Amino acid sequence: MLKIKNNTKININEIPILQIKDFREEIISLNFRPIGFFGKSSENDSVRLFAVLADDKAGDIYISSTKFSADEKSYECLTKEIPAFHIFEREFYEQFGVEPLNHPWLKPVRINQDKYEFFEMTGEEVHQVAVGPIHAGVIEPGHFRFMCNGETVYHLEIMLGYQHRGIEELMLISPSNQLAESICGDSVIAYNTAYSQIMEILQDVTISDRAQLIRKAALEMERMAIHIGDLGAIAGDIAYLMGASVFGATRTLVINTMLEFCGSRFGRGLICTGGVNYDFTEEKLNQALKTFEKVIKDVERMVNTMLKSSTVMSRLEKTGTISMERAKEAGLVGMAARAAGVELDSRFDFPDKWMSELKIEKKKFKATGDVNARFKLRYKEILQSYSMIKKIFAKLQECKNQDLFTSASNNLSQNSLAISIVEGWRGEVVHIAMTDGNGNLSRYKIKDPSFNNWYGLALAVRNNGVSDFPLCNKSFNLSYSGNDL
Amino acid sequence: MLDTLKSRIFQGKQYIKDIRNASIKEEFRGFPVIKEGECDSSICPTGALKTNPLSIDMGKCTFCGVCERACENIKLSNGFKLSSTDRNKLIITSESDYETYTKSAIEIKESIVKTFGHSLKLRQVSAAGCNGCEMELNACSNVNFDMGRFGIDFVASPRHADGIVITGPLSENMTFALENCYNAVPNPKIVILCGACAISGGIFQNSETLNREFLEKYPVDLYIPGCPVHPLTFINGILSYIH
Ligand code: SF4
Ligand code: SF4
Repeated sequence: MLKIKNNTKININEIPILQIKDFREEIISLNFRPIGFFGKSSENDSVRLFAVLADDKAGDIYISSTKFSADEKSYECLTKEIPAFHIFEREFYEQFGVEPLNHPWLKPVRINQDKYEFFEMTGEEVHQVAVGPIHAGVIEPGHFRFMCNGETVYHLEIMLGYQHRGIEELMLISPSNQLAESICGDSVIAYNTAYSQIMEILQDVTISDRAQLIRKAALEMERMAIHIGDLGAIAGDIAYLMGASVFGATRTLVINTMLEFCGSRFGRGLICTGGVNYDFTEEKLNQALKTFEKVIKDVERMVNTMLKSSTVMSRLEKTGTISMERAKEAGLVGMAARAAGVELDSRFDFPDKWMSELKIEKKKFKATGDVNARFKLRYKEILQSYSMIKKIFAKLQECKNQDLFTSASNNLSQNSLAISIVEGWRGEVVHIAMTDGNGNLSRYKIKDPSFNNWYGLALAVRNNGVSDFPLCNKSFNLSYSGNDL
Repeated sequence: MLDTLKSRIFQGKQYIKDIRNASIKEEFRGFPVIKEGECDSSICPTGALKTNPLSIDMGKCTFCGVCERACENIKLSNGFKLSSTDRNKLIITSESDYETYTKSAIEIKESIVKTFGHSLKLRQVSAAGCNGCEMELNACSNVNFDMGRFGIDFVASPRHADGIVITGPLSENMTFALENCYNAVPNPKIVILCGACAISGGIFQNSETLNREFLEKYPVDLYIPGCPVHPLTFINGILSYIH
């Protein structure tokens, strides 16, 4: 396999094309984490399958490929050896029709929901609860099917795809920063950063330090805002309305600060290929710091009040637990994985130059894998983002008078593959782009952290009361649009 | 208990008292102010920008600011009362001005005011948006915007609703659920399109996975532009429509 780094490109011709047997064996023997496993149509109706693996400890990315001619329609699945491939192989089958044989559960990912026959449990007092695609609240659509015995959930099947709007195809015909921002609208900064970095790599542009820092600060503001909102949502789901109100109001302060920086509460329009569109002026930085100081005080006070309350703790503790082994096996990423003790954080695993320059370090966390852990981890990450923001803001004062925008030709390098991983608040957002001989985009692959994590939610609710589902769900807060593309 | 009280006291009052006359910071990109002249319309990612005469269709516009930064004839003001009952009125030219727009864009019908003026319960249906509009609609009910004080609420069951609010460009995969939901709402009912996606397909308009036939079958009562729709835009749009 070819070894590369995050935020780089390679010539596609350098990527090995192995026999499927060797391809499988290499993946299994390396046993690294899949972050990309996708097909690309090739000449004479053949399909080239790429595998992209992450060696998180070393900060390396491995890439390899194999080819299926038009009449080769199957291969022996990888999921049986490495379960984390389960969703990737389902997706590859759905998009290209090449079947992973002996896959334990080859159900649809985004299409044909109505044809799928749900897993059925039989027995006395066993019943099903079906929810969605339209849910009770104002949230995105998805279908949940619970197999219950009385109040207890034995198994949950999740059917998604309702938000499918052909993003990967649109990326080829009309790629833009605005489209990138609209893939997953609660992670605008993470997605637009990944897209812009891909484009900059393909155009051989290096953006100014100032622009890099502004993006980085915005990413942490996004994390802070959503995490605070989620603390509120968790509070709301256990009917602790005081928490819901206080966190709701403090989140407003953070996103309104974002609006003052760039005109949008979610950071739309801030980032563009080549840099950023709006400056974080000194006056605004100082104002923002004041606001964040208050925000952190409010959050600290409210979190500590909640954690002291036994009625709160009895709802959070030991609810929706997922063990470290299970989380690892299923291939969970990001915050949900960290809460279960799987230390994956691409900010640290694939660091940019700022992480060492600003002396930003990983914090220890006592992971218990339950709602309580996901609640507390959010709180910890809010504090960490705040301390990062302070450092980034200070550094910004040092790199004044730098260009916000670096222009380049719109020509993309030919026959290239570029990869960019950005740690959004949910986890790693992976963008991989390929160009053809004319420098046009020929494949754009996106992986949202939710793509890995939805199955984690299904595992977490097993043996919990069905009435605890909303709470478990909020504690993960996964994306439908990012998954469905 | 004491801690809870303390937290409560520290918060004070959070709600925006006068929603109708509230203002958004000037950085906000809202109502377009246009001077007749040149502008390269190909820079617009959604086709909202047209020339001869220079115009912006707020039903398509994502308020991304690209045109404003590239061309001196366009300025996106912080005017946020963007809603209209007439799809055509969303097209803004050099002849439009905010004051006149806010007074004339929403046609007030007596029957609507009489039926929904004191209480309007809405069922929201998300059909392939990005979750941006959904987050802002949720914010409408938080302690800052507190939409419930006007008798406007989101409800869980379409049977309890007076109408539906659609976000997203309407995917093929949501066609069945959307129509089912609409049919479950008792008459009389209204349909509100919320955000560039719902109104025109927005940034996803060229996708082949959409199915917008629903909008040909059923009448739309109110268009609320934005990407996402700001809570103040949403609440004021509805208030003007039902009062
Ligand atoms: S602000 Fe609206 S009209 Fe202007 S470029 Fe963006 S989408 Fe087009
Ligand atoms: S209008 Fe914009 S914010 Fe709303 S759903 Fe569409 S892309 Fe997302």
